Amino acid sequence: MTNDAPPKPVKPPVNWRLLGLQLAVVATVLLIFGWMLHNMFSNLAKRGIMVGFDYLERTARFPIAESVLDYTPADSFAWAITVGVANTLFISLIVIVLSTVLGVLLGLARRSTHPLAYGLASAFTDAIRNTPLVVQLLFWYGFITYGLPASAEAFNPAPGVFFTDRGLYFPSLRIDGAAWIFWLTIIMGGAFFVYAQRRAARETRKTGLKSGRRNLLIVPATIVAALIVWAVFGLTLDVSTPVLGRFNFGGGLLLSPEFVAIILGLVLYTTAFIGEIVRSGIGAVAKGQWEAGRAIGLSERQNLRFVIAPQALRIIVPPLTSQYINILKNSTLGLVVGYPELNFVIATTINQTGQAIEGVFILMVVFLSISIAASLLMNWYNSRIALTTR
Amino acid sequence: MKRNIFHISNFRGLALGAAAVFMSACSGADRDEPETTAAPAADRGSTLAAVQQRGHIRCGASQGTVGFGSPDVNGYWRGIDVDTCRAVAAAVLGDRDKARFIPLTGQQRLTALQTGEIDLLPRTTTWTLLRDANGVNFTTPNFYDYTGFMLRRDKNVTELKDMKGASICIQTGSMPEVIFADISHKYELEMRPVIFDSVQATRQAFFSGRCDALITDASALASVRATLAKNPDDFIIIPANEEITPLTPAVRHGDDQWFDIVRFSIFAMLMGEQLGISQENVDEMLKSKDPTVQRFLGQEAGNGKALGLNEDWAYNIIKQVGNYSEVYDRNVGVDSPLQIERGLNRLYRDGGLMTPAPFY
Repeated sequence: MTNDAPPKPVKPPVNWRLLGLQLAVVATVLLIFGWMLHNMFSNLAKRGIMVGFDYLERTARFPIAESVLDYTPADSFAWAITVGVANTLFISLIVIVLSTVLGVLLGLARRSTHPLAYGLASAFTDAIRNTPLVVQLLFWYGFITYGLPASAEAFNPAPGVFFTDRGLYFPSLRIDGAAWIFWLTIIMGGAFFVYAQRRAARETRKTGLKSGRRNLLIVPATIVAALIVWAVFGLTLDVSTPVLGRFNFGGGLLLSPEFVAIILGLVLYTTAFIGEIVRSGIGAVAKGQWEAGRAIGLSERQNLRFVIAPQALRIIVPPLTSQYINILKNSTLGLVVGYPELNFVIATTINQTGQAIEGVFILMVVFLSISIAASLLMNWYNSRIALTTR
Repeated sequence: MKRNIFHISNFRGLALGAAAVFMSACSGADRDEPETTAAPAADRGSTLAAVQQRGHIRCGASQGTVGFGSPDVNGYWRGIDVDTCRAVAAAVLGDRDKARFIPLTGQQRLTALQTGEIDLLPRTTTWTLLRDANGVNFTTPNFYDYTGFMLRRDKNVTELKDMKGASICIQTGSMPEVIFADISHKYELEMRPVIFDSVQATRQAFFSGRCDALITDASALASVRATLAKNPDDFIIIPANEEITPLTPAVRHGDDQWFDIVRFSIFAMLMGEQLGISQENVDEMLKSKDPTVQRFLGQEAGNGKALGLNEDWAYNIIKQVGNYSEVYDRNVGVDSPLQIERGLNRLYRDGGLMTPAPFY
């Protein structure tokens, strides 16, 4: 056996000429950047343009139309920018979740043999992928602000639901009192359920016997516990329905035209791309795998779920990562339809302070950090599902 | 007027920011060269020399505010800000048409001035402390304005208090943005802002019914009302606060001679009105016995030399552009669709705020 051991890899000799060349290229690039930075700062000083981040502590004074985090014009520029980052993450997450779900459905529809499903899916994909995103956003925004009626003649599809050119209004529910205890109970119950299920699955794998039937009892138990908490802490449910005031509806939950336009536009656009990624991912799994699955008696659905999907995921995840990052970057188009994401807030900040260089710098750093974090996360996921090779 | 909803001016804004970095980075080395580069040095007198060598003056202009700065049907720029620029061109180069206009967003304008893309910024820019301190100099107001709300008449609003809970369309990067926040907070009006980056998108949103009111400079509102409303009488304009906003042409820091030239070009139009010298009678006035008029029109030498210009610089302004009342009436006043009353913009003599410094 020892004779058959593979030969040790031979370390190639160091190519000094190549190494020197590479070093020279790196040094030149660094020098050029250094020279430009130096010139930039001396020219800025000459023109009396102040550079620095002191302004971040000053009061922003400008309004932000809507935000996930609380904001008033009395907050600082730094907080305004944070609010912008939160808005960017907020819409990006919503779009990622919705477009992934819809994208998978679209991808499956594109593989369907049913002519209507296939035809509709193809037409959707082609129409969306071949028009610029900006145009689509403006289209949806115009669709809402011109296509929907004014507040006084609001379209009222269900009680408490109003569609107007000022946005979509829904009744909202709010728990009055110490709501967190209620939510904590539900979360703990849910966590316990998940834990019990996983344990049962392990048990099944070990013994081959079905187990964990009683786990389902955790669900009603959690609900009862939550209701007891509700009664003990005297929580009440506050239903708020939109009521037409002098100018606008008040109360309820409002999805503004800006928010709806950016979400709708980005979700539809990204769905078309994710649909193609899913379709090609599934298509790339060898035909033999399908046949093998059928041969051992799996149904088409089981085949897809247990044989094809795990292999397709390996192909789908890397391009999906770049789609997710695209969503993040495309969210900067919120500015076109007036949704205050980071790019919008930075643009306003630049305008109010004149500190353009710092603003663009912050914008770049924030997007770079989020993108890198997102791709690290997806790479980690990718390595988890990747084929284990030895 | 064409309205363009496909307007993504902000990318230009950011691009300009990035370009500013790049340009200032690139133009570092050869400071000794004469002013051939796009970014002039801020030494005394260099702007004047650069303009004379180039043969035209570059002014920042709006993206189309009728009455202040917008091209007419023939592509010829007109407006009170445009005429301010033409007056400087007439004074410096002897020809009002040796001026070029570079449309800028509210966001780009100050950077464009600071980096040397333009020589002068007459573009409905409010003189404020922070702007003044952060790298530009304001010369003297060419229009006193106030901030106002425009609403449909049938909303039955007569004062601020009636506007509780209203949606307001705002353009970002403007003083009205801050004024909106201030008054909404001060009077607890709970108004809802709807904010856009481009002028066109903001106006479009207002007329589509997205907002109850549009907030910006009252003069711009008058311009919008005159040009975009189907029936201008359907709309009213009410003041947002008691502050006066002096719209003031600005120049870069560091070139005092250029600062003086621009400031006195504006004064010259005011002085023309004060002395009763108009485009029509200026040639006659050359023969005037009045020493003030003689000094003003350069019959008595001194003023031109002091500014580094020809002695007939003020004559050229009046002859080619006109005095302030002519410029006002033609662009925003009685002879224009805007019909803005002179009000604060009358001469001090007539009860307004406008007054030239003496031409001695």
